[in-house]
Amino acid sequence: MSMQQLSISRRSVLVGFAAMSLLAACAAPATPTKAPDAPAAAPASATTAPAVASAPGTGGTAIGFIFVGPKDDYGYNQAAYLGSKAVEDKFGKNLKILRAENVPENEEAERVMENMIQQGAKIIFATSYGHLDPAINVAKRHPDVVFVHQGGAKHTANVGAYFGTIWQPVYLSGIAAGKMSKTGKLGYIVAFPIPQTLLNINAFTLGAQSVNPNATTTVVFTANWCDPAKQTEAVKTLVAAGVDVVTQHQDCAKTIVEASERAGIMSVGYHADGSPLAPKGWLTGSQWNWGNLYSDIVQTIVDGKWVGSKYDAIYREGFKEGVVELSPFGASVTDDVKKLINDKKQTMLDGKFNPFTGPIKDQDGKVRIADGVQLDTVKLEAETTYLVQGVVGALPK
Amino acid sequence: MLESIIAGAIRAGTPVLFACLGEVIVERAGLVNLGTEGSMLVGALAGFAITAGTGSALLGVIAGALAGLLLSLVFGYLAIQRRANQLATGLAVLTLGNGITAFFGRSFVNQQIHGINPLHIPILSDIPFVGAAFFQQDIMAYLAGIMAVVLWLFLYRTRWGLVLRATGEREEVAYAGGYSPNRVRWAAVAFGGLMAGVGGAYLSVAYTLNWIEGMTAGRGVVAVALVIFASWSPLQAVFASYLFGGAQALQLSLQADGVDASPFLLSMVPYLLTLAVLLVVGRWRRNVMPEGLKAVFGSASARSVA
Repeated sequence: MSMQQLSISRRSVLVGFAAMSLLAACAAPATPTKAPDAPAAAPASATTAPAVASAPGTGGTAIGFIFVGPKDDYGYNQAAYLGSKAVEDKFGKNLKILRAENVPENEEAERVMENMIQQGAKIIFATSYGHLDPAINVAKRHPDVVFVHQGGAKHTANVGAYFGTIWQPVYLSGIAAGKMSKTGKLGYIVAFPIPQTLLNINAFTLGAQSVNPNATTTVVFTANWCDPAKQTEAVKTLVAAGVDVVTQHQDCAKTIVEASERAGIMSVGYHADGSPLAPKGWLTGSQWNWGNLYSDIVQTIVDGKWVGSKYDAIYREGFKEGVVELSPFGASVTDDVKKLINDKKQTMLDGKFNPFTGPIKDQDGKVRIADGVQLDTVKLEAETTYLVQGVVGALPK
Repeated sequence: MLESIIAGAIRAGTPVLFACLGEVIVERAGLVNLGTEGSMLVGALAGFAITAGTGSALLGVIAGALAGLLLSLVFGYLAIQRRANQLATGLAVLTLGNGITAFFGRSFVNQQIHGINPLHIPILSDIPFVGAAFFQQDIMAYLAGIMAVVLWLFLYRTRWGLVLRATGEREEVAYAGGYSPNRVRWAAVAFGGLMAGVGGAYLSVAYTLNWIEGMTAGRGVVAVALVIFASWSPLQAVFASYLFGGAQALQLSLQADGVDASPFLLSMVPYLLTLAVLLVVGRWRRNVMPEGLKAVFGSASARSVA
């Protein structure tokens, strides 16, 4: 290749990338959804806090949210987006809400967050699991900005991590699946083996086994948070393997629910209510309700009280606080199954029941949680590096 | 189990096959269009959007084809008219397709369509094994196979096929024969874009019935790579595409069987297989490469042929 050709190719590539980033900027804007109002409208908490003016996260004019996918994916990102709407309703009068969708889990995320900080954000919500390391990197450069990460198990000086114990409703949906399945074979379509995913697979399986001891869960990894073609193929593969209830841990949930319905099998949802997508086969699901938690986190930070608060670490909440909930039941779910599940839910709310009470055995029959032992949530997440007995499928070693 | 893998191979291979067939024609004219992925993406979005808007999957597929064609004209203008570097132009068109669809696709993410569903063919679909393996696909999948035969006949049994091949081998020959090489190239690029658009529409309208940003996930780039594997033959493109689809279906089936292997290693199988095949086939079939492509692929390959 001649030098001239090479220079043309470089230039064209640069033009291409410039075009791409321009279009990407149009496509995924960190839109200020509301212009800041006159300072007169500012609440007491923001104006009368000169003493904590230097506290991290205070003094900003905006709050940034980054999402790994589109805001209406019937899934994880839609749930997080709704949370950001709740924050906007409460704080939108004097803080701009900056949002960026489809932010990849790499250096691109750092650029997006840097850009939000330049626009005045002192609080940033990094809402995807893979946004943690980029957030920690940016946080090192901006000690005055508070980063809160959704799902992480690490925290630094100005990065906190929050999440919900979604495995609680997932366990209950496992009961529904175990009761309704005719073959006793359940399927789980998973993206990556991160701690939350393994907890969910285990909780689902334990729930199903609590009503059908012979129930098994076949796990298929797609190695992608959202590849509809692979998701479709995964559903067909599971159907061919005799599975009659499919659930998932993906970011975009719609394709799998629809494909299951077309294949005439049942589905259990994740992240958002998918019942309109599958009038016949929808059983129930687990979903997020981030609004209150997000708002409380923001309030704590703007009050200058973040340092030393519960959010300034690894924080988890669950059913009791309302951050996770069970999706509406589908038409096919019988009343006795509903009652069984609601009763179980009540024992969880009362703190009388924890699905991960030992003995919990892994796929090889090795006891991972000893008889009668209950681990606290953070420890449970850290130590769940296995799949429970009754799960068909291999973890990357 | 085997029949479900074969059926999965055809399903997963069909979108790649459409794009691959289009690219066979493009490369036969002496061009390489890496923008195929971009054409697939705009095809997927246009197909989904028009199907959602009109309720007609047929109109959707036609729209997808036209959208893919339109985007390929950008490549045609730069690569044929302006003689820009083809590989760089293709990449730029790919990212352009990415950006356009991200921008216009937002409101379609949560829409529902009926799309194209598998056909039940009397008798054929019910034959044990063979029916489940081959005859429970949708009409588009059969169309892709038929297109391969039609294109083979076109290339080797028609005058225009000869002109196309002449343009890709030695444009002087086509020129001496009274044909404008550039016009032939334009037609080939437009057809390639059209087929990639149909492949994209297949993905959104028939396969997944969904639109998600970036949903082609590299399948258009794989299609271009598979053209070499297929030795620039439409019939071998069928085999190449189904092999790629089969690797994907196989890795899911192995997982569902609980085979104790890393699912991530298994996910790499389709791509590793493509690479391995390129390595092997690239060596002994290089002599079938259209002469015109040697300028695109650089002097290294030209020298090794000589």
